[in-house]
Amino acid sequence: MIRLATLSAIVLTGSICVTLGAETGRIPADQLAKAATSDSFSIPTPGELFAALGKTGKINWAGQYRGPTSVTYRDRAQIALNLGGLIADGFIAVEAKDGQQVKNIGSDIIKLAKALGVSEKLLGRGSSINDFAENNEWDTLQEELEATQNEVKSSMQSHSDQDLVILVTLGGWIRGTQVVTSAIIQNYDERAAKVLREPALVHFMQSKISEISPELRNDPLVKDVSNELGKVEKLVSFPPGKTPDVGEVRKINEAVSKMMEEIESKEPPK
Amino acid sequence: MSRSLLIPLSVIALAASITVRGQTDAEVQARKDALDVAAAFSNEGFKTRDGHWCGSLKPHDHSLVAVNLYAGNEYWFSASATTPAKKIAVSVYDETGKQVITDSYDNGEKAAAGFAPSSSGEYFVSVDLVEGDASSFCLVYSYK
Repeated sequence: MIRLATLSAIVLTGSICVTLGAETGRIPADQLAKAATSDSFSIPTPGELFAALGKTGKINWAGQYRGPTSVTYRDRAQIALNLGGLIADGFIAVEAKDGQQVKNIGSDIIKLAKALGVSEKLLGRGSSINDFAENNEWDTLQEELEATQNEVKSSMQSHSDQDLVILVTLGGWIRGTQVVTSAIIQNYDERAAKVLREPALVHFMQSKISEISPELRNDPLVKDVSNELGKVEKLVSFPPGKTPDVGEVRKINEAVSKMMEEIESKEPPK
Repeated sequence: MSRSLLIPLSVIALAASITVRGQTDAEVQARKDALDVAAAFSNEGFKTRDGHWCGSLKPHDHSLVAVNLYAGNEYWFSASATTPAKKIAVSVYDETGKQVITDSYDNGEKAAAGFAPSSSGEYFVSVDLVEGDASSFCLVYSYK
């Protein structure tokens, strides 16, 4: 439970209290099924995932870096998936408090975003990322990365590239999950493994992919990633009280690493 | 909290792309006010998400949105509604629909609910119009 003593000191004129268990209610399943979902609200950022992992001990974030990624892809689906992965890399660099790495990744994010023809306003974001990295403003950087991601998606929507939005989100989730599972395998901790329970999240992304245009859905890379995602959904769908053991975490890691490898290296159709 | 199953649960099922459509002036104001509530939690190290969820509330209606949360993190969901709303409430339900115990902040047309999930997965946040007439609202959330 969040510490009430400290929260009561915040500058709010209302009252803070604890909702008593006796007063709790229930919403029936048919009402839950009608709940709204949105990409920018229902899907957590890689930063949220990393924050949860960071609570369980010291993580070697810099050890999770990967080599430079290509910024010259031609296939738009591949660009979108890699853009999501790069944004997740940005969050990793922020966790590592590595200003130079943040700047390098920020520059690559802008290059990939421009390849998709998104707004020129993003250039300003790139400049902000550099400034915040120079000044070690890590919390602000995290917000700026999320704002950049949302601006990319917003620009895609206004350019009738709505279908690419879910691919950016998916790319970020895959890369984030790869990093988190890798860190858990290196130093297994039950509390850390608990973050991997994400059945609804993966199901939501699957359902969004099924809504994209048939042309994009039949892109060989999207098809492969979607198929793999179906398998991953089963791996992250354990009951609320269960914690995956190290073998189960390894299986998730292998599945998302396979997807990541394909996202990075798959050749577009001739 | 006075909400119970006796209140008709005519949930406003908004489209998935709710935040994509253009926002009304009232929603922009509600978002600004919700961010003001959330800003208070930033003093405690909470980071506010850039995303938000806005819509309209009707008397005795619940507006529900799904979120995916991680065990180990702490969360605050902060909402604000515009006049003529007089009192709103924010509550959280787990994936089975059972209301979870939260810390709550209530101040008329502004409210927030905070908790630390013990299990990762899907949760549902409900914004309820407790007093007043139909109005616009906006919900944001913070985590640490």
